[in-house]
Amino acid sequence: MKKLVSVKDAIQLINDGDTLLVGGFGLSGSPLTIIDEIAASDKKDLTVVSNNLGEEGRGLGKLLVAGNLKGAKGSYFTTNRDAVKAWSKGELEIELIPQGTLAEAIRCGGAGIAGFYTKTAAGTKLAEGKEERIFDGEAYILEKAIKGDVALIKALKADTLGNLIYDKTARNFNPVMATAAKVVIAEVDEIVEAGSFAPEDVVTPHIYVDYIVMNRYIKKGGRYVESV
Amino acid sequence: MSQSERIKIAKRVAEELKEGEAVNLGVGIPTMIPDYLGDKKVFLQSENGLLGMGPTPADEDIDMDLISASKKPVTYEIGASLFDSSDSFKMIRGGHIDVAVLGALQVDETGEVANWAVPGETILGVGGAMDLVAGAKRMIIASTHVSKDGSPKLVSKLTFPSSGKRKADMIVTEHAVFKFREGKMYLVEILSDISIDQLKEITEANFEILEKVK
Repeated sequence: MKKLVSVKDAIQLINDGDTLLVGGFGLSGSPLTIIDEIAASDKKDLTVVSNNLGEEGRGLGKLLVAGNLKGAKGSYFTTNRDAVKAWSKGELEIELIPQGTLAEAIRCGGAGIAGFYTKTAAGTKLAEGKEERIFDGEAYILEKAIKGDVALIKALKADTLGNLIYDKTARNFNPVMATAAKVVIAEVDEIVEAGSFAPEDVVTPHIYVDYIVMNRYIKKGGRYVESV
Repeated sequence: MSQSERIKIAKRVAEELKEGEAVNLGVGIPTMIPDYLGDKKVFLQSENGLLGMGPTPADEDIDMDLISASKKPVTYEIGASLFDSSDSFKMIRGGHIDVAVLGALQVDETGEVANWAVPGETILGVGGAMDLVAGAKRMIIASTHVSKDGSPKLVSKLTFPSSGKRKADMIVTEHAVFKFREGKMYLVEILSDISIDQLKEITEANFEILEKVK
């Protein structure tokens, strides 16, 4: 399969200072194998756009511990105490974005839309410094699209062209992130022959996907366990 | 706050939900509501991308890729569907969710809600709270009447950061049910043996009393 690369080669596509779009809701749908490889590298000053920053020492939390990060943009960091500590010591820049605004900003980033007006957060602290405009008597704020240098996403299976399907609620931010970065690397559990998916079932068409990496994690008792 | 009081709130909110409605439940007391719906069928939406969320699975059926917005294992109901995060918030923000039942830190007498941040503490989580406040067709607050330190949660003016300009429709506490109409708060039901004077003492917000309650 043309797009399949080793995880070592895959992370060579990431440069210091890059903005990474990283899929996942907590650890579910998060590309854990690629994250491990970044944590073991000397990549630095990365900004991660992801709903959370994993958990303490798990998933994206590893990048914080390893010192790869300059900043994080997402909706919920409270559950990772390392992130709270790093932020209060001034070691991590955090931009807090409502979850729906985050998803829509990435969708726009992939769809050629520069920005959008949303009523979410209008009139709140999170609207400070943002343009407010009234449409049909209701206040909306201007949010800019979000794009990444590299998207790191997690899918259940890829076919040999790179079409992707996802596992249950592990889909979350992955399909929109697949559209919004210059380079898209998908970590998958399995690669099957093109034609194995019914066209109706393909969630991410292959043109969005540049590289495929095999997942080293397996699930046991419904939880993630590293296999090597 | 005793478990029986939490159950009382969950049961009373459950009465407000109508057959066939699409409902998003916030963390805390709202997650208890499905246990008190009886034969009534609603479609639970979880903002991480699931409509038709079912109860917690047996231990052997846990799959951490089938989870709720609180990252707890869940199941599918018949007819469930999966979608990505942008579609999920299209549902929420676009007014396709009939009811959001949310917890609150404070609610003011106009129905404005604060449910994401405490002043003076690090504010590093908002999740989907503001999207739900902005977009759900009806917003019901399920909350204890006062906060853990005894200070009023129903206040005349928010001192905690607001979650949005959109007002709640109703709040259910262990003591009472209030509705909000055109910027005013109305006591519509008393749920405990509290007197109206006692209720006023623990409620900083000004409210009017519907005739049937007096």
